[in-house]
Amino acid sequence: MINIPSSEITPEHGYLSRRAFLKTLAIVSAGAVLAACSVKPRATAAPGGTPPHAGAATDELGDALTPYESITHYNNFYEFSTDKEQVAPLSANFKASPWKVEVGGLVKNPRTYDIDDLRKNFTQEERIYRHRCVEAWSMVMPWVGFPLAKLLAEVEPTSEAKFVRFETLYDPGQFPGQNDGYYPWPYAEGLRLDEAMNDLALLVTGLYGKDLPPQDGAPLRLAVPWKYGFKSIKSVVKIDLVDVMPVSLWMAAGPNEYGFYANVNPAVDHPRWSQATERRIGELSRRKSLMFNGYAEQVAHLYDGMDLRLNY
Amino acid sequence: MTSKFTKFQIATHIGSLIPLALLIWDYFNDHLTANPIQAVTFRTGKTALVLLVLALACTPLNTLFGFREALKVRRALGLYAFFYVCLHFLTFIWLDYGLDLGLIFDAVAKKRYALVGFTAFLLLLPLAITSTKGWQKRLGKNWKVLHRLVYVAAPLVVVHYVWLVKADIRQPLVFGAAVLLLLLARVPLFKGAVGSWRSRWLERWRREKAEQGA
Repeated sequence: MINIPSSEITPEHGYLSRRAFLKTLAIVSAGAVLAACSVKPRATAAPGGTPPHAGAATDELGDALTPYESITHYNNFYEFSTDKEQVAPLSANFKASPWKVEVGGLVKNPRTYDIDDLRKNFTQEERIYRHRCVEAWSMVMPWVGFPLAKLLAEVEPTSEAKFVRFETLYDPGQFPGQNDGYYPWPYAEGLRLDEAMNDLALLVTGLYGKDLPPQDGAPLRLAVPWKYGFKSIKSVVKIDLVDVMPVSLWMAAGPNEYGFYANVNPAVDHPRWSQATERRIGELSRRKSLMFNGYAEQVAHLYDGMDLRLNY
Repeated sequence: MTSKFTKFQIATHIGSLIPLALLIWDYFNDHLTANPIQAVTFRTGKTALVLLVLALACTPLNTLFGFREALKVRRALGLYAFFYVCLHFLTFIWLDYGLDLGLIFDAVAKKRYALVGFTAFLLLLPLAITSTKGWQKRLGKNWKVLHRLVYVAAPLVVVHYVWLVKADIRQPLVFGAAVLLLLLARVPLFKGAVGSWRSRWLERWRREKAEQGA
């Protein structure tokens, strides 16, 4: 892997196209109030240790990586806070080590892994994934991790296993948000077994060449880039193979609005808002959302013959 | 220096402008999150709702609690609320959707929260326009009737808020309860009940004070 200095992979002006820049100028000149809304380039901070770095400057579509600073300071992680900006400070002292991940259920070889073993025993690779939140914003993440399929192969699901259920750590001492009785903690998510075996489904241990920061789901999270962000569960402690469709936290909190599949689909709106467009963090104008978030080639066949309007 | 403004009025103007000052301050200090357009949309919207609730509180504060000063800031609060509504609306159509009419129509038609918010904006617009003394005179009795549109607009704004949150509607419901209470406070029956409770309470308080003095 070639190491490119962080100054080159997070261009501060590069991703603002000329048109967007002219637009910015127009807005700034329109007065201080409206100027308050234009996008300012953010500095990429390197909080100790090696600076964040990635093997490429863009994803396969040519879209620039989202700066490390944005990925680590704009987080939906309700276990810490519902305020996206509060997650980073509140998670600063999170203990992501020691950490055990229990893999069991309908498998031939149930095992409890230490996070260090997961990092050592499975070859870690960098994958640049688009991350599309159900709230209609998106980022481009240089994740580091390994395919979920490799872990599943090791524990060997039995023939009864149809789904994979994931669970986040339950520890209200570390996760103040879990004291809020509104949501059915701990966070849970699920995939159909064939979705979980798809090569895109990644277990993530790092970001920008560094260990995964707590606010992004340390020490182990899922990344399923063709689905809305909430499917990519964070701080996983339990992976179970099961025979019935798991009920995720969001399915339980809003069954009419958040389904099991939650595939990115610009043609199927959230019951209350449009999913046709999204704002890429760092950009001014909205962009059209892509079917399966641009991963149709890899995953569309999983849903052949399914009504995606019903299976939202 | 003699001023025709009372301290309460000055405090109202300053208080109403603080959210705008904070917004500008946060912009220049890069505190508007990685998604500044959304942050501005949320903050201007929240401020507009708070000011609208405060404007609605003025009349009951006078009729129920005899706080006459409140009437002097009612118009200012209403106009400041509308000012933030305009910023909120402009942020949505201009900064967020780049004045792309196709996209805006698509969003407004599909997003019922946007439709409800837009309706509230249309209802508040004539109230802002006719808020001057001149219009008050010109419209006479009709002015009061027209301005009752705010009793429709305020609940719509709350619905707009309830519909846009992801799942947890507790905070919008707090605003909803406040609006409901302030509308109830205008119902004669309720007004009468509070009025008699207040005079009884005042009477007892005076009696106790007199007894203490004796």
